[in-house]
Amino acid sequence: MMTNTSHCLLKTVSTLLISLCISACGSSDYAANSDIDLNKSFASEAGGSLINAMTGEPSGLISMIAGESASSAISSNIFNSLLKYDKNLELEGDLVERWQISADQKTIVFTLKPNLKWADNKPLTSADVLFTWQAVTDEKTASPYASDFQLVKKAEAPDPLTFKVTYAEAYAPALDSWAGLQILPKHLLQGQDLHTTAFARKPVGSHYYKLDSWAHGENLKLSRNPNSVLGQAKIEQLISRIIPDNSAQFLELMADNIDYMGLDPIKYSRIIPARPELQQKLALYKELGNSYTYMGFNLKHKPFDDKRVRLAINYAIDKQEIIDGVYLGLGINIASPYKPGTRWSNPALQPYPYDPAKARALLKEAGFADNDGDGILERDGKPFAFEIVTNQNKEREKSAVLIQRRLKEVGIDVKIRAIEWASFISRFIKTGDFDVVVLGWGLGLDPDQYNIWHSSQQAPGQFNFIGYNNPTIDKLLEQGRVELNPDKRMKIYHEFARVLLEDSPIVYLSAGYGLTAIHKRVKGIDDPAPPAGIGHNSHEWYIPQPLRRNEINQ
Amino acid sequence: MLKYLIKRVLWMIPLLIGISLISFFIMHLAPGDITSNESAFNPKASEESRQKLREMYNLDKPVIVQYGLWLKRMATLDFGKSFASHQKPVFWQTIDKDGNVTKGLIQEALPITLMINILGLAITLILSIPLGIIAARKYLGWQDRSITLFNFIGFSIPGFWLSLLLMYWLGVVNNWFPISGLHSLNYESLDTWGKIKDSLSHLFLPVIIPSITGLAGITLFVKNGMLDVLHQDYITTARAKGLAENKIIYKHALRNALLPLITIVGLSIPGLIGGSVIAETIFAIPGMGKLFYDAVLMRDFPVVMGILTIGSALTLIGNLIADVMYAWADPRVRRGVVKG
Repeated sequence: MMTNTSHCLLKTVSTLLISLCISACGSSDYAANSDIDLNKSFASEAGGSLINAMTGEPSGLISMIAGESASSAISSNIFNSLLKYDKNLELEGDLVERWQISADQKTIVFTLKPNLKWADNKPLTSADVLFTWQAVTDEKTASPYASDFQLVKKAEAPDPLTFKVTYAEAYAPALDSWAGLQILPKHLLQGQDLHTTAFARKPVGSHYYKLDSWAHGENLKLSRNPNSVLGQAKIEQLISRIIPDNSAQFLELMADNIDYMGLDPIKYSRIIPARPELQQKLALYKELGNSYTYMGFNLKHKPFDDKRVRLAINYAIDKQEIIDGVYLGLGINIASPYKPGTRWSNPALQPYPYDPAKARALLKEAGFADNDGDGILERDGKPFAFEIVTNQNKEREKSAVLIQRRLKEVGIDVKIRAIEWASFISRFIKTGDFDVVVLGWGLGLDPDQYNIWHSSQQAPGQFNFIGYNNPTIDKLLEQGRVELNPDKRMKIYHEFARVLLEDSPIVYLSAGYGLTAIHKRVKGIDDPAPPAGIGHNSHEWYIPQPLRRNEINQ
Repeated sequence: MLKYLIKRVLWMIPLLIGISLISFFIMHLAPGDITSNESAFNPKASEESRQKLREMYNLDKPVIVQYGLWLKRMATLDFGKSFASHQKPVFWQTIDKDGNVTKGLIQEALPITLMINILGLAITLILSIPLGIIAARKYLGWQDRSITLFNFIGFSIPGFWLSLLLMYWLGVVNNWFPISGLHSLNYESLDTWGKIKDSLSHLFLPVIIPSITGLAGITLFVKNGMLDVLHQDYITTARAKGLAENKIIYKHALRNALLPLITIVGLSIPGLIGGSVIAETIFAIPGMGKLFYDAVLMRDFPVVMGILTIGSALTLIGNLIADVMYAWADPRVRRGVVKG
């Protein structure tokens, strides 16, 4: 009796101790092997888990409907497209082995790789591609990305490996659009409503990973897809934790509970370098994104219809000051709406320098003078004053403040209004009821920017909301859309960027770097980042056995 | 009493309709709809597709028609489907023909928020009632002053700042508690005891911080109620009778001093379902506060209306419960109710 009780007690106590120990080791596993040099090189091996953090939760994993970045971050690990971009941002086959463009540039024939399979072992054929095209162009799907695919006049799948599309007219961005369309399985989705189907939360794809579990609001766990069409990735498990707050993410990174997070400039260039223990375990990466921040004029409002005024403002703004002050130097000055270093960016173009004297001269030429001596210029008795509208984005607000000060120096009175996104779009952008905006464009990899600059795209809700109307630009954009030869196309867009810079309908403020911290346990990452960014070979990343977390190994 | 209750419950129906009408219109006063969110601002996304979405969700119809449609659905207790979360049901789960269960947004968020808030309220009450009594008994003594000082420090500290500080100290420097989230990643593989321990350790910070910051108000209520009561004639009578001090405090004084607390607890019932956006964001907790905030930003009207409706229904029920409790605790009120 006695022994029994004490035995029981002993058991309870030891269970308690063990569970305490497990929980203690669970989160700080790394302490157990912190004597291993993280900078040492290790042989590539399969296995392990990579934990990253996302600020938002995907709404669903059918990206032709969901559209937000959290969704595509996950779904791009699960689904393939026909084409993809390689590390130098050139197109290559993803599901397809080769593709052929007809002589009149209107027909593209894709030939799929043989023996492709979905994760559930069913064959992946051109019927699935055709189904995906039908889904994305279906009225009922109302996909935001339908317009590229609606240009396809005829899509056919004559045999299981061949998919053929015919456009009414040659359409140069076509290939890029096929690199963006994730192919969905027909056998699971036929007859389903894409807006309500449970498939969006239980996807079956063909890529390196498959979704294992999705704990709402907490995490998504992906593991390797044994039927992956491109072979096997190295890392066994990808876990994305949903942590909305950036500071909390950073604390998790410091405590070694996540491996990977996006940083802001302060963390990248001040906080981490100041802490040796973080520097020791984190590798920092910076890569140029396909995005930039700009100040756009409402060209339908006076005096912004006057090119001299736009140029004057361009000269009056010190862009380097914005890059240094707002982005802590982690950005670059740009002169075209393309990522520097890529084929489409015109290397001959130089950004407008900071030159307040020239700005003053141009404003004087445009008829502005300070007649009443209050420091603000007037024309026809009206002071030169306007409002910069921007959304509630700290970096854009700070940029606007620096612009305000520089414009004050040349005699322009600027007010700033920062407003919540949905109100900003509906109240100001859609109605065209603004003078100047500070905004950003995040762009795709195709150089076509018809929707942003062509004079036909000015209706409410369309993207040429600054009201830009330039026949030369219109013509170049139209040419660029029908030219599929990359070298000829490049010349068109170099010229386009030159005319745009010269006309100055917007002021390019900066292109900021995307900043990432990754725990040094993750090996195989290209440094410096190639044009496509560090993620291009994430299937080759690996976590050597001695550096793995204990809790996941159990 | 029963007649009174039925009358009160029936009155709630027109009241709720009025509240929902006003909420619906206020919600639509904010510019924008689901198609004006940030990810839709993509040159690849066409205006025609946005217009199609608007038609699909009836957003192209006049607001009063939209309200009529909403009310018609609500009459069958159908809260509708979220625009922004792949048409997840707003309130309760649905099962499709293949047997896939899709959980409702409120169904998932509410238990989490309720648990945190009820635990938080319990801790606040457990701490603040004794603190209030001590402060009243030792009024102006050092105990009273230190309790007041402690409470006001807690009251004045911004919750998010204290949270981050404690997350750093308890989670990063010392590794005693998890930093954020509700469960560890290996939660599923734990045994029952491990799961309980894991959940409790994740809940510790999110529960304790609002309790500390919320302590001041309730302590003050208890203390003032107590002080009031202790100066009443019947307490003097009780003292004159020679009753033991403990008996005076806990049997005669406390019951009367706690009366205002009933109102406060009753009124905090709707608050129990509304989580704190800031706390939920910092601790990565998928609760009601974050759900509502995101829905407002995304202009996810069915979710906004669903939460507002449930919130206002609970407010009305909370009021009713507070009144009933009051009647139960105070014979004077009870008499008034029965007469009325």
